[in-house]
Amino acid sequence: MPAPAIEVKDLVKRYPSAIAVDGVSFTVGRGVVAALLGGNGAGKTTTLSILLGLLLPTSGAVRVLGEDILRHRYRVLARMNFSSPFVDLPHRLTVRQNLLIYARLYGLRRRRERIEELAADLQIGGFLDRPAGKLSAGQKTRVALAKALLNEPELLLLDEPTASLDPDTGDWVRSYLEAWQARTEATILMASHNMAEVERMCSDVLMMKAGKIVDRGSPQALIARYGRANLEEVFLHIVRKPEPELEAVS
Amino acid sequence: MNRESYARGGGSLGRVWAMLLRYLYLLRSSWPRTLELIYWPTLQMLIWGFMSQFLYVNSNYVFRAFGVLLAAVMLWDVLFRGQLGLSISFLEEMWARNLGHLFVTPLRAYEWVAALLSMSLIRVLIGTVPAALLAVVLYHYSIFSLGLPLIGFFAVLLAMGWALGLAICGMILRHGMGAESLAWLAVFTLSPISAVYYPVSILPRWLQHVAWALPSTYVFEGMRALLFQKVFRADYLAAAAALDIVLLALGAWVFYLSFRGARQRGALLQMGE
Repeated sequence: MPAPAIEVKDLVKRYPSAIAVDGVSFTVGRGVVAALLGGNGAGKTTTLSILLGLLLPTSGAVRVLGEDILRHRYRVLARMNFSSPFVDLPHRLTVRQNLLIYARLYGLRRRRERIEELAADLQIGGFLDRPAGKLSAGQKTRVALAKALLNEPELLLLDEPTASLDPDTGDWVRSYLEAWQARTEATILMASHNMAEVERMCSDVLMMKAGKIVDRGSPQALIARYGRANLEEVFLHIVRKPEPELEAVS
Repeated sequence: MNRESYARGGGSLGRVWAMLLRYLYLLRSSWPRTLELIYWPTLQMLIWGFMSQFLYVNSNYVFRAFGVLLAAVMLWDVLFRGQLGLSISFLEEMWARNLGHLFVTPLRAYEWVAALLSMSLIRVLIGTVPAALLAVVLYHYSIFSLGLPLIGFFAVLLAMGWALGLAICGMILRHGMGAESLAWLAVFTLSPISAVYYPVSILPRWLQHVAWALPSTYVFEGMRALLFQKVFRADYLAAAAALDIVLLALGAWVFYLSFRGARQRGALLQMGE
């Protein structure tokens, strides 16, 4: 049986002025679509950055796809990927040039063929030769997804995958990701503030507050546990509840 | 699509080539940047060429070897362009806020540095070769007449530029874009004490000790020995190469510490303008 996609144990990230992540432990199984939820400053992006190897934790253990990401990140980085609408691809290069460079960085063979395949899949063929900086928000999101899927990742980390998209484009992206995940059985961990999106796509939700995981479960289980109508109400309840009333869970 | 059909291959060199390709695309996408590479060395060569022509009839210094100022200008540009070429490619990633994307791929920091160094060499060649050829046409002076030692001078100055560039990139990683001006200015502080256009003996005695701690000083003194006395000072070149090794080690150390510090602070995802 393969190791879980993500195993985090007693993770702490302390800055001189604050604790961003405060003793977090969790696992995400293979093929699961999970979400990290929490208000601004809850520790979601910090946790994602540590999982990506971009940020070194103060203490704790992190295994991704069975490998210790702190000691052997290069064994696993080729098998995972990341997308965020807040980190654009370089503007002056065309979409095709950007994708070719990332295809090379991931060591892909048959790069042009892979890019054409993704271009058809994500409907970006019409602007492959346009500078990345001249795309609309929806086009940028699809290009960022193409970059994130280049290496057919076994683990995909997403930061606000549909932020700043109109409802139609947002729905298109969600449908695409659902179909892609069903086809590849990859694991997805997303940070999102869109509760409807999380309810629709995720089977596992980790609620973060002040650097801790304060609750966890499926969207339906959390809604039932808090006696609310939807996940947004659960989120508001947790975020607004005074901290001493919440206990960390793992 | 099946996962195996795009089997991951390609090693370290493939990723170095990927990063080099990125910088070449950037260079190709902006003709003013390419023009700028050629513009400054050519302009410098023109100014100093005309000055040399004037001094030729007015100064014993230049009379002894017509090309001494021109050779100095062109060699100085190797050092300056070597440092700037590395720093600019590095800054391209800062301006594009691209480090977060790059370092979630299997790209290693040393592979990135290898691409930056390669791009620096390309920028130096684009900048200096046309200027050197133009000097042949306009002033009938060829820097290539320095012969084989020119390769040594070029290598030592380029390596010194890389060492400075690595340290400067480290400072930018550590202090953010507020330290960007270092990339443009730092090397100029070394110009007066590198004895580029005059012998090191002109400097105050205490400053001469500082000057002899720089590889560039040995190159320019060696160049003058070659032009004036027709003597190749291998001892100068060896001393410069040894100092380069120390400087490169220091530059790489500053870069490594700063890169590690950026990972500790989470700056790789946020670094940018």
